[in-house]
Order: sequence, then C-alpha cells, then structure tokens
Amino acid sequence: MADDRPNPSAPTACKLWLRYAKRGKLRFASHRDIARLFERAVRKAELPIAYSQGFSPHPKLSWIGAAPTGTASEAEYVEIGLTESVEPDSIAERLGSALPGDVAVLQVVTAGEGALADRMLASRWRITVPVPDDASLEDAVAALLDAEEVIVPRRTKSGLKDIDVRHACVSIKVEPVSESFPQVSGHVAKQPPGEGVPKAPGYGILEVVVRQMTPTVRPDDVLRALHVVTGHEWFGGPAKASRIAQGPLDDAGQLVDPLVGDRMSST
Amino acid sequence: MSVSSVYPALEELLPRVSKPVQYIGSELGATVKEWDSTTVRWALMYPDAYEVGLPNQGVMILYEILNEIPDVLAERTYSVWPDLEELMREHGVPQFTVDAHRPVGAFDLLGVSFATELGYTNLLTALDLAGIPLHAEDRDDSHPLVIAGGHAAFNPEPIADFVDAAVLGDGEEAVIELTAIVRDHKHEGREALLERFAATGNVYVPRFYEAGYDQETGRLAGTTPNRAAAPEQVSKRTTMDLDQWPYPRKPLVPLAESVHERMSVEIFRGCTRGCRFCQAGMITRPVRERSLQGIGEMVDNGLKHSGFEEVGLLSLSSADHSEIGDLAKQLADRYEGTNTGLSLPSTRVDAFNIDLANELTRNGRRSGLTFAPEGGSERIRKVINKTVSEEDLIRTVSAAYAQGWRQVKLYFMCGLPTETDEDVLQIAEMARNVIRAGREAAGRKDIRCTISIGGFVPKPHTPFQWAAQCDPDIVDARLKKLRTEVNADRSLGRSIGMRYHDGKPSLIEGLLSRGDRRVGAVIEAVWREGGRFDGWHEYFSYERWMRCGDEALRPHGVDVAFFTTRERAEDEVLPWDHLDSGLDKQWLWDDWCDALDEQEQDDCRWTPCFDCGVCPSMGTEIEMGPTGRTLLPITPV
Repeated sequence: MADDRPNPSAPTACKLWLRYAKRGKLRFASHRDIARLFERAVRKAELPIAYSQGFSPHPKLSWIGAAPTGTASEAEYVEIGLTESVEPDSIAERLGSALPGDVAVLQVVTAGEGALADRMLASRWRITVPVPDDASLEDAVAALLDAEEVIVPRRTKSGLKDIDVRHACVSIKVEPVSESFPQVSGHVAKQPPGEGVPKAPGYGILEVVVRQMTPTVRPDDVLRALHVVTGHEWFGGPAKASRIAQGPLDDAGQLVDPLVGDRMSST
Repeated sequence: MSVSSVYPALEELLPRVSKPVQYIGSELGATVKEWDSTTVRWALMYPDAYEVGLPNQGVMILYEILNEIPDVLAERTYSVWPDLEELMREHGVPQFTVDAHRPVGAFDLLGVSFATELGYTNLLTALDLAGIPLHAEDRDDSHPLVIAGGHAAFNPEPIADFVDAAVLGDGEEAVIELTAIVRDHKHEGREALLERFAATGNVYVPRFYEAGYDQETGRLAGTTPNRAAAPEQVSKRTTMDLDQWPYPRKPLVPLAESVHERMSVEIFRGCTRGCRFCQAGMITRPVRERSLQGIGEMVDNGLKHSGFEEVGLLSLSSADHSEIGDLAKQLADRYEGTNTGLSLPSTRVDAFNIDLANELTRNGRRSGLTFAPEGGSERIRKVINKTVSEEDLIRTVSAAYAQGWRQVKLYFMCGLPTETDEDVLQIAEMARNVIRAGREAAGRKDIRCTISIGGFVPKPHTPFQWAAQCDPDIVDARLKKLRTEVNADRSLGRSIGMRYHDGKPSLIEGLLSRGDRRVGAVIEAVWREGGRFDGWHEYFSYERWMRCGDEALRPHGVDVAFFTTRERAEDEVLPWDHLDSGLDKQWLWDDWCDALDEQEQDDCRWTPCFDCGVCPSMGTEIEMGPTGRTLLPITPV
C-alpha cells in the first residue's frame, strides 16, 4: 500500500527561504507564538518537513531575527528544511492556506549561498507616533541626528545594557501622513475619515533604517532616544511600528532585497 | 442595535500588559458572526486566565454547538489579569469577548463554566468590568442573564446572589433548550424567562427559592421554592449517546501558549470506580462510552484541522474504556512514523496500563508515567475506595522502568477522613520501594519518582460531604513530617522529588464548596478588598479570606469552621439537598459509613448494580462496549 505520509526521519534534502508578514492583531503574538503557529501549519499543510534527530525531534524551522512582540512586520524570514525537493511556489500556497489571514507568506525561494541571517544587516521600520504636528517630529528627528551618541538603557537577559541608538540609525525621516504606503494596523481606527467623528489626536510617521547590532535596536528604543534628546512625553504614548524591509545595505546606505539574487536563480 | 468592537480602545492598552496575545483571539477554529443577523447571543466565560480557560472542553463544546445554530452567536471571554484590569478601569474599556471584542454586557446570556470554586472572585471582576450589577436582583432587562454551569454548579449556593440561574449536569442539550426559550420569549422580560428556565426542571434559579436557618444552631433548615414555576428538586441533565455529540469538531487552537499543547478527545463521560473523594465521578454517572469509530473520526478530523502534534484521550479514568487496548493499538498503527503523540491522562495503577503506554509511545517519546494511588497506606486507600495494593503498584512501576520509562509520578492526597500521620508517612515508604524496585528493574540508578500531594477538599454529592475537613495546620505538619521522612534515607531520597502546596487554599476551597448562601457575603468582601485569581498562589490571600470570612459570617452566628472543619450529622439539611445529581442520599450516607468501616465498593460496570440511585432517577443507563468494531481506516491515496 502506497504511503505518502511525510517521513520524519529522512534527512534534509532541500532548504527554502521564506518571507512572511505578521499584521493586524497578530502583532501581539510573540516570536514563540509565531513559531508554534508555523509548526502546526506545516503539519496541517502536510509539507515534507525534516525533523531534527534525537529524543525529542523538532521540525526544521530556523528563525532569523524576529520582530518584537507588539510590532507588525512585512519582512520576517524563516528557513525551512524539507526531506524532498519541492517547487517553492507551491509551498507558498499550501502553507499560506494553513496560516491565519494575518500571517501572509510573501515570497519563497530555494536557499542560496551562506546563512540568510548574514544578509540581514539592517531593517526599515515605519513607526506611528502620537505627536502634535509634523514640525515637532521634524525637530525631534533633527535633534537625534545632530547628536554624537544617544544612550538608552535596555533590559537584556544579562541585565541593563546601554545601547547607542544614534549609532544604529542609518537614516531617519518623517513621512507625510497622507501618503498611502503599507499601513500600520489600526490607522483607520485612529483617524476615521467620516464626518462628525471627533478628530483623534494627531500622529506622525517616522521611517527609520536601523543597523543590525547586538543587542538589536528596536522601534521603542528609537522612540526612547527621541524622548532623551527632546524630553517630549509623547514619545512614550501608544506608538505602532511595522518592519517594512530587512536585508543588506548597499554602498549608498540603501536597503536591498535579501532574496533578490536567489529569486532569479530559482525561477 | 448593533454593537461595536472595543478593540480600538483595547489595542492602545495591550502594549502595556504582559502577554497581550491572550487578549486578541484569532484562534484557529474561532467563529465570528454578524451581530445583527443573529437573534440569541451567548457570551461564554471560563473564569480564569486565557491559558487555562482556552483548552477547557466544556466551553469549547458549547461554543461550537451554539455557533452551529444559524441565528445564534456565541463568543468567549476569559479573566483579564490585574495589569489589564487596572488599565481597562482607567480607560473605560469593558469586559470583552476575544472573538469579536464585543462588550459582554451587550449579550443576552453570559454562561460561566466553573470547574473550581476558586473562580468565584473572578466572576465578580468580570461582571463588574462588564457593567453588570453584581447582585442578580439589581439587574434589569438590559443586562445579560448570568448562568453558572460546570461541576461547581452542583452547589451554587455561595454564588446564589450573583447568578441568575445554574444549569445542572451536561450542557449540550441544556444550552439549546435555553436558547430556544430566549429566542421565543425574549420580549416577555427577564423574570418571565427565568420562570420558563426553572420550569424545565433542570435549571436552578436561586431567587425562586428561600433558604431558612435554625436560629439556635445556625444550621440550614431548608431551601424551598417561593413560586409555582420552581420545582422542589432541580435535576441534572445527562447527555446520552456521545457518538451523537462529536464535539469539539474543530478544536480551538490558540496563538498563545496554553496549559495543554494538545487536542483532546473525550473517550467516555462518567465514572463508576466509586472513589469516595471524587465529585466528578459521583455527579457524572452513568458511564457513557464513545465508540471506537467515533473516537477514531474525532482524532483524525481534529488533527487535520488543528495541526496539533499530540492527542489526549480524555476521561476520568481513560484506561477503563472497554476497548482501550484495541483503540491504543489501532491509533498507534495509524499514526506510526508521523511524530504524532498520543497520551492517556488519568490512568490507574495497573500493569495493563504500561502496555497501553508503551503502545502509545511507540515513536520513542517515553518521558514520564503518572499514577494516582491517592493514599499512602492500604488502610486509607480502603477508606477512599481506591483499591490498589502496594505489591501491584511496585509490580507496575517496575515493569515501567524495565521498559525504558525513567520517571514515575505518583499523586496523593493529604487530609483525608480518618487519616493519621502514619498513613501519610507511608507515602515515603512507598516511594522508596518504588525507587528500590525501579533501580533493580532498570539496571541503572538515574530513575526518578516524584510524589505530588494535594490537600483533600470534601465536596457536595459525595460520600465525604458529611466529613470534617482537615485543619490546614495538621495537613502542613503532616507534609513537613513526610518531607523529613523522604529525606531520611539519602541514597533513595535523592531520587524522590516531592511537590505539594500548603493546606490553606484547600480550606477556602472547602468553604466555597460546601458553603450556603451566607458565604456569598464573604466572596464579595474578599473581592472588594482586591481578591482575584484565587487559584494562583501569587494572588491567593488566606489572611484576607479568613478575616472577611469571620466578619461576614459573624452576624449569622457561624464561622469558617462551621462550613469546613465541622462534621455534619446524618439528619442535617445540606445546602444542595434540593439539587439532584441522581445519587440517593441514603446510599451516599451508607457509603460514608462503609468508608469509616474501611469497606470497599465495587464498580457497577463489572458487578451488579449497587443502587446508587442515578440510573433509575435520571432515566439513564450505562452505555459501554465492546462494539467489536475497528477504527474506520483512513484511506491512503
């Protein structure tokens, strides 16, 4: 009798790199939550996933620098080990249908040379900040960029650590609010267009490119740095952040799609 | 009128609380319906943290059954932790459902499932956050009907002031019946709906009954109906033929980590082992088995839908299913080589269970086995009717260690009726014997035995309902002596782990379990002073409960001890006497006397009926196999 069930003990025959988004309410899912979600989705989709060997085998999913709990992202990456070669496009479809709508598989390629993590040298974040007006935000950004260094304490596993946010910021600019760009979740609720609805407090949008360092500088670190240089309390208000891109930096300091070469070779 | 989501307001608060994912819903299997296209709307609550409440089978089953009815909407709500509660109060965000984040106060019914009485203060938090008056008598037609269910509903007297009604027994058919009443008679108003509920005979409406007390002794004189619609006795509901109720079909899969990272399939309901301490075993009779094929389909559908890696075969004593051997073998065959784990919670000490466990762990995940001898000495095991000899236990665990298991967990209780220090100290001797035999059987020293001990709480509708609860100081002293005894032999003692909690929460659970309506004031006082999450030791305050208990009970001439450490007399009216679990009170009394005489009671599945009273009074009968059939094969392509 034919048995097409995945064979968990088979070795890894094929590695894929996958880009996905976490959006909406799922921004509040932690990295561990997302990892469990993928493990179940892989089983549901009956992908020929490879398992680690040993007493307690785990499906081979290798995560690359997950966005922190509370932030959304359009640029999360994971490497998947399979026991047989599979057409990357079919994976996107099968896995996508086993995941909730707020987690979208955006791109799947056959793994390229080297470690994917090595390509992730910077992230571009869009951060929505409740501010009185864009001019105040421009001033705050200018103050941050003018500083030599801006030190913010960060709690890590080994205690409080000082991190230099200024050094991590490759670029930071204020985006016009009206521009339609991948929206950070919840904007609509905050700025209802309808008449007769009281206008919500103003907000501004920052676009920040942050260099990958250890420990990682997160959007809330950037906000705290803005608070340090300006003293404005509104940088402690309810901000929302979404990672728009992740990848290597070119010579001009621009973010580059980390999978661009692999995508071409895989098609 | 349509109801809008509170999510935009909640979303602003979530970055400031711990584990925000528990408040966003978005589970696989969750259902969100249009508010306006439905006529009857239920909010279902499990009054504990999401991680504990989400896996609850009762809520999951009712949620699915209700949502299958086209014009009915059911959503779930759980207790919010104090960090979010504070922010919700500050920002005016009401208690919400996790499905569509609708305010709980807007629903027609709020069904609350109580697996433990320690959830009572959390009920009050939820009502208050929802804007529902705490006292049922203060509510009007704009408020949901608050309905209690679950095992604690078999004595809802301590929460009689706070609930509009309590449903006794299985909920599958009850929720459908209540839904029909609300659909057809909503316009008649709250009082009329409750009268119709009461007239079903299975729904207890506390306000329709008066409780009288003897002024001299403080004892309950009786609980009697004050209107025609209310029956003198309210009987439990029993769902027969589980194969007709294959729920949950689509088990909810949370994003957040929960206490059970697996799906569960209930393989039978009810238990007639007759353990005298076990309320679940007494109030869920008779045994009703799901068929092998029914189980096979639920496991297959559930795994396909959920992507879970493990299936728990759930019941009060799973190895007692009449076809458990075939079931284990056939499921193990079906899932061989797929990294699908199968587990059997609640197994008795029995060599046969090792074979089962081996079968279920063919894939090699052999971590630990759990058994529940419950009592340390043979004598006390006769008192509680947990018949297992020490020789059987040693033989069983030796077999387990010999076959590759490295860790055995043994569950016990402390504070049982007639218990002495000696009964408890024998737990140490049993554990040492387990290690001695285990080392020999395994041929190695790195095996472990963990003894886990809980405080005994006498429960309504059990033979121990008359018993004096043991004073927590005595329980704590016995556990301390046991700890010393375990450590006395270093060579064996270091292979033995011991886990226990102090006896204080058990005493409060005892107060809430066997209390009457006068205990409601204690619950409210504790809650007003900040009592929350009493099942969590970091929140539980014994001092607060005892202080509020004494203050609130003093005007009635009774105290906490009256409800806990006092033995009841045969002729005493009990607060749950008007709530009928089917058990004959005389039979319970006789079984209590047998316990004191160390007389055991057989199981009616394999010996003649011993007249506990359930089947004839409820019109039910044992439903069990073997059917002799096999699992439906899953067709390979």
